[in-house]
Amino acid sequence: MARAAVLGRLRLTPIVWQLGEVAELVDETARVKTLVLEVRDWPGHRAGQHVDVRLTAEDGYQAQRSYSIASAPEDERLAITVERLDDGEVSPYLAQELVIGDKLELRGPIGGYFVWEVEQGGPLLLVGGGSGVVPLVAMLRHRSASGASVPARLVYSARSLDDVIYRGELDRRATSDDQFELRYALTREQPAGWSGYARRVDEAILREVAYPSCEGIAFVCGPTRFVETVADGLVGVGYAPEQVRTERFGPTGG
Amino acid sequence: MDEQDLKLDGNAAAGLLREVFAFELTTARGRCENCGAIAQVGTVSVYANAPGSVLRCPQCESVLMRIVSNGGRYWLDARGISWLEIRV
Repeated sequence: MARAAVLGRLRLTPIVWQLGEVAELVDETARVKTLVLEVRDWPGHRAGQHVDVRLTAEDGYQAQRSYSIASAPEDERLAITVERLDDGEVSPYLAQELVIGDKLELRGPIGGYFVWEVEQGGPLLLVGGGSGVVPLVAMLRHRSASGASVPARLVYSARSLDDVIYRGELDRRATSDDQFELRYALTREQPAGWSGYARRVDEAILREVAYPSCEGIAFVCGPTRFVETVADGLVGVGYAPEQVRTERFGPTGG
Repeated sequence: MDEQDLKLDGNAAAGLLREVFAFELTTARGRCENCGAIAQVGTVSVYANAPGSVLRCPQCESVLMRIVSNGGRYWLDARGISWLEIRV
């Protein structure tokens, strides 16, 4: 059967809940954990998509949240990265209680707007706030896994260096890949001698990191205010609104 | 927490929309019946803190769509959308 026909049929598949088994847990920061899941018959995903996770209490009460997929489409297993919000209903369970071998109800992949595939080209300007970096890192992982040399820049806003998720991986990528540039903006606390940005991402920062002639695509993900400031700022420095893709994380994300 | 903090976007409604529609809807384009703006569903404002989800125009903030689901029943009010263009 032609590939297009197969894909067409997949798109028409109703969205269903399925079980993923926790295969690995990775501590990313004090509050952030990556869950690597074994999902039978996972249909594959595109970088930037998310899954919905549903927890059911003994009395039948259900709570559902969306989590960006952290793994590349090329990776063997599905990974999501969860930030623990202390007053959250779902994230404390996922980030603290869950152990290897536990099963989790999820559905996906979901979304198609905040997605990047190598074929879309670049250059890529990625701007993430807090755990908003997760889908952007999935894009970077996809970019590497597919051997693409699309130029990419990541501006990552975090409270402190200790709050930076995937720090080791990002620093390694910045050193080993001359088409990838990494800038941290640490908003609350900076180590001694810090030479990166020490404030929230603003238009001046965006002007410095924008590609010449504002070429390519920009992806912005983070809390609502962060996303709106950055998206407006990018338009201010010359990106066309159609070049800027946004995804907002809300306070109900816990 | 004010209203601004509760505002999400079409990405947050993608799962719910896939329960109702056969196709991925965040890449579809729609026209706001109130102001005529045309936008991809992924870019619309979404408020999910109500009993249902409310989708609003990113330009004029008028209601595009309301979706309430309860007990295996969906209630969809799409009066704010003139049309949807869905790419398959």
